[in-house]
Amino acid sequence: MRLLTHNMLSSNIKGVANGFPLGIEVEKVIEKQVELSADFLRNLFPKIEWKALVDAARTMGYAELPEEVDSSMLDSNEFLTKFHHALLELHLEEGALVCPETGRRFPVTKGIPNMLLHEDEV
Amino acid sequence: MSFRKAQIAQIRLMSSHPEVYEPCDDSFALVDALLADRNNLLEHQPTLCMEVGCGSGYVITSLALMLRQEAPGVYYIATDINPHAMRVTSETLEAHGVHAELINTDISSGLEKRLAGLVDVMVVNPPYVPTPEDEVGREGIASAWAGGENGRCVIDKILPIADYLLSDKGWLYMVMLTANKPSQICLQMREKGYASRIVVQRSTEEESLHVIKFWRDFDTQADAKEKAATNKTVPARVMESLVSQFPLSSFWRSCGSHSS
Ligand SMILES: C[S@@+](CC[C@H](N)C(=O)[O-])C[C@H]1O[C@@H](n2cnc3c(N)ncnc32)[C@H](O)[C@@H]1O
Repeated sequence: MRLLTHNMLSSNIKGVANGFPLGIEVEKVIEKQVELSADFLRNLFPKIEWKALVDAARTMGYAELPEEVDSSMLDSNEFLTKFHHALLELHLEEGALVCPETGRRFPVTKGIPNMLLHEDEV
Repeated sequence: MSFRKAQIAQIRLMSSHPEVYEPCDDSFALVDALLADRNNLLEHQPTLCMEVGCGSGYVITSLALMLRQEAPGVYYIATDINPHAMRVTSETLEAHGVHAELINTDISSGLEKRLAGLVDVMVVNPPYVPTPEDEVGREGIASAWAGGENGRCVIDKILPIADYLLSDKGWLYMVMLTANKPSQICLQMREKGYASRIVVQRSTEEESLHVIKFWRDFDTQADAKEKAATNKTVPARVMESLVSQFPLSSFWRSCGSHSS
């Protein structure tokens, strides 16, 4: 699971009001190189919850993202490289996502989060 | 034509599992529809593509392969309710050297809040076979095809979610049978402002498969508003275009397999 996906996931348990962002429990992180596409990053930038990405990246051991951002930074190659790395190259391979409200853990196995709910959670 | 050169998933590279739906006529029809529409897809310049119910991964892998050359920066997400399907899709993707983000979930549960309005292309080959309602969503392979009354149980859940997740320019490709009453589905989508077109239509002995493409359309939206304002039924012009798209099913059955 890439951090872009983490940025798109919320706790889906019935009754949870603030299910975003999910906490991350890290057992294993892997890095996979992906070709950088500046257009893609620029398209997506306005949709990203920045603080959630910064915190998630830090939990995964990457602390290079600036806390504060604005769209003018998308002209900087240095910024794009870091943004790209955090968003697309870091994978949570084993671990869990944690509902911020209830503490319910959603396991991540072989990079795949299991968001299936139990009957009493739907 | 350039789409002939496009790559799709290869059967010999597919992973499998006894409880995961193997690529079948419906999977091939959906991929053929995407191939037939490939030039449009490239022009569309999607950022985010999503498959609901990816099964073996045949469709999402094919989509990623056919867009890879010209549209390298696309993000792919695939979901399935079956945990085995996740593993099989992951192996299929890897064997073809492409990537999609996989999430084991019911339709898109957990993604809806943040993904709303971001999906540029959604592809779905849903469980569509008419069955008793209580066979829908059971564990194991039956959930791959069991669709409840008229085969519509899962389809009817997916359509409003697709409407919610699709971007303004978003496209939905969905497989359905005559038994699912596709003209009724298109009418319902009309009321939400979507135009539709049959991309592929194929008949077998028992059934007629369709891959239908939906997109938001300003004319249709105006019609939908007019309808809401006057509280009339569907405007005559809409009805005409639908009827011309969906002739009697007996005609479909007799017209053999062809794609458009
Ligand atoms: C007809 S199979 C299609 C599989 C694959 N996309 C293909 O075309 O070969 C339908 C798939 O939808 C999945 N499915 C059924 N209900 C679902 C749901 N509520 N949410 C997500 N996936 C579901 C099944 O597990 C199965 O893999």
